[in-house]
Amino acid sequence: MTVLREVLRRPQGAFGAGWLLLVAVAAVVSRWWTPQDPFRVDPYSAWQGPSPEHLFGTDAIGRDVASYVMAATGTTVLVAVASAAVALLLGVALGALGALTARWVRETVVVLVDVLVAFPTILVAMALAAVFGGSLGVVVVAVGIGYGVAIARVSRSELRRVATTDYVLAARASGLGTAAVLRRHVLPNAAPVLVVQVSLAMATSILAEAGLSYLGYGAPASVASWGRLLSDLQPFVGTHPWTVAWPGLAITLTVLAFNLLGDALRDAGDPRLRTRRRATRRSPAAPTGRTAP
Amino acid sequence: MTRFVLGRTLLLVVGLLLASVLIFGTLRLLPGDVAQVIAGTEGTASQVAGLREQLGLDRPLPVQYLDWLGGLLRGDLGASLVTGTPVAGEVLDKLAVTLPLAGLSLVVGLVVGVPLGVVSALRHRRPSGVAVSAVSQFVAAVPAVWMGMLLIAVLAVGLGLLPTQGFPIDGWAEPGRAFRSLVLPALTIGLVEGAVLLRFTRSAAIGALREDHVVAGAARGQTLARSLVRHGLPGVLLSVVSVLGLQIAGLLVGAVLVEQLFALPGVGRMLVADVGRRDLTKVQGELLALTGLVLVVGFVVDVVHRALDPRLRERTP
Repeated sequence: MTVLREVLRRPQGAFGAGWLLLVAVAAVVSRWWTPQDPFRVDPYSAWQGPSPEHLFGTDAIGRDVASYVMAATGTTVLVAVASAAVALLLGVALGALGALTARWVRETVVVLVDVLVAFPTILVAMALAAVFGGSLGVVVVAVGIGYGVAIARVSRSELRRVATTDYVLAARASGLGTAAVLRRHVLPNAAPVLVVQVSLAMATSILAEAGLSYLGYGAPASVASWGRLLSDLQPFVGTHPWTVAWPGLAITLTVLAFNLLGDALRDAGDPRLRTRRRATRRSPAAPTGRTAP
Repeated sequence: MTRFVLGRTLLLVVGLLLASVLIFGTLRLLPGDVAQVIAGTEGTASQVAGLREQLGLDRPLPVQYLDWLGGLLRGDLGASLVTGTPVAGEVLDKLAVTLPLAGLSLVVGLVVGVPLGVVSALRHRRPSGVAVSAVSQFVAAVPAVWMGMLLIAVLAVGLGLLPTQGFPIDGWAEPGRAFRSLVLPALTIGLVEGAVLLRFTRSAAIGALREDHVVAGAARGQTLARSLVRHGLPGVLLSVVSVLGLQIAGLLVGAVLVEQLFALPGVGRMLVADVGRRDLTKVQGELLALTGLVLVVGFVVDVVHRALDPRLRERTP
């Protein structure tokens, strides 16, 4: 709970957590209720400006943009959670293989991960889409693999660090098996690093979902998606730039929230930064950029 | 150095081989049978069998793979399943758009990211520096597609400065016109990647401000800014170079989305269309070209970084 308090104490963390809570609530509520039916086409009320009835106005075929943007939060949350879960499983599995096994296995895995980390996620997604057709599942698997390898790279060194500590040695000496050591000692102690990665994986997955849905290989037409809305609105960007701003802002703020939350989690997990007086010799942590979507 | 380059070359070769196996495997081993896909759902069993023989798909997979790999080494990526034209030639044609786009985006990214990153580091305790940092944090989260649409709305439609979409049909015959069509797409990718570079530069420069040689420069009476630029900048630029490989990979991939948005005839847009048509040989070639490019760029950046950084020079053990 200290970590949570530390995160919320920082403005970035508070914004990130707050916005994501809002998105999560919207995702749940939109399963049962949105202000209007997000898919109702009504050509007579196309391109209306913002009004109490249509908060964000309507698009070219008279859909209520606010309802559509709200309905799409469900897609976003689903994809983010599923991709992060796949990435975490794959990343920790590969990381553990690269950190805790016999030397030749370790080194093979390290080389493999070093090579795979250069493969852009969107190309993995396109390869899968060519075979299976586009779907949200393709997005999840592609981001899961793409970011999973990145997590493997980060988690390997952290797992290795924890695995060589005295308390792990003591646990091993007292006869605990590898799996039990991993579960009881290594993973809990590596968790702070992994949590940061999960947050960043979710940011990546949102950009990837938006990009692939924009290309037509993500969410199907029956599912609301911010990326798909961007592609629907593209022909009208010159005449109605403000309507395009809603899905654009929604994606940006959510990605930003995950990035900031990731930063705050990292800072909160760093005991050197936890003191009142900000540590003077703070080593420059690599900023969270985004990996290639 | 030689040892490093040799090791890194080995890694590149392993990477390229692995990429070829994975791409080939994904497009062949998985349930989508190429012949079935071409024949379509209404194709009869004999048609499918005929196609399979015609395309050599009835041979064992390793043989097919080695055959493809052999062609690859001779610069032959096979022929399109839909049009029958050689894939390698088309990919090369399209690279004439994608590579300049990536290069121009990189220039934009560096020109925006590095100077602003240094300035925001110098002012990191003042409101102006914090503002620059906050804006970069925001821009780094903007999806490239929306960034492109905003630029179209403002610079192309609003101010009428640049063409909204498309590329001259005769390619680079008129360099000026072709260049103008690449400006908005390059700004789109460059601004987003520039924001990421800015954040890297900023955190490296803030670290450099505390380094002894920069502090010493300031102690000798130089302004902090001057001392940072004279003594700290080389180190800062080196750490920028070290992340550049990943950033360039991002540029090439961003090209897939941005080429679609701006209707540019590049490799990315061709890939998107071919995925839709299920032209698997072409997709295979395009994926390999793009992945290979990313791997080679990563290799070059790593070697350059190693050569530039005196701290990494080999010490006699």
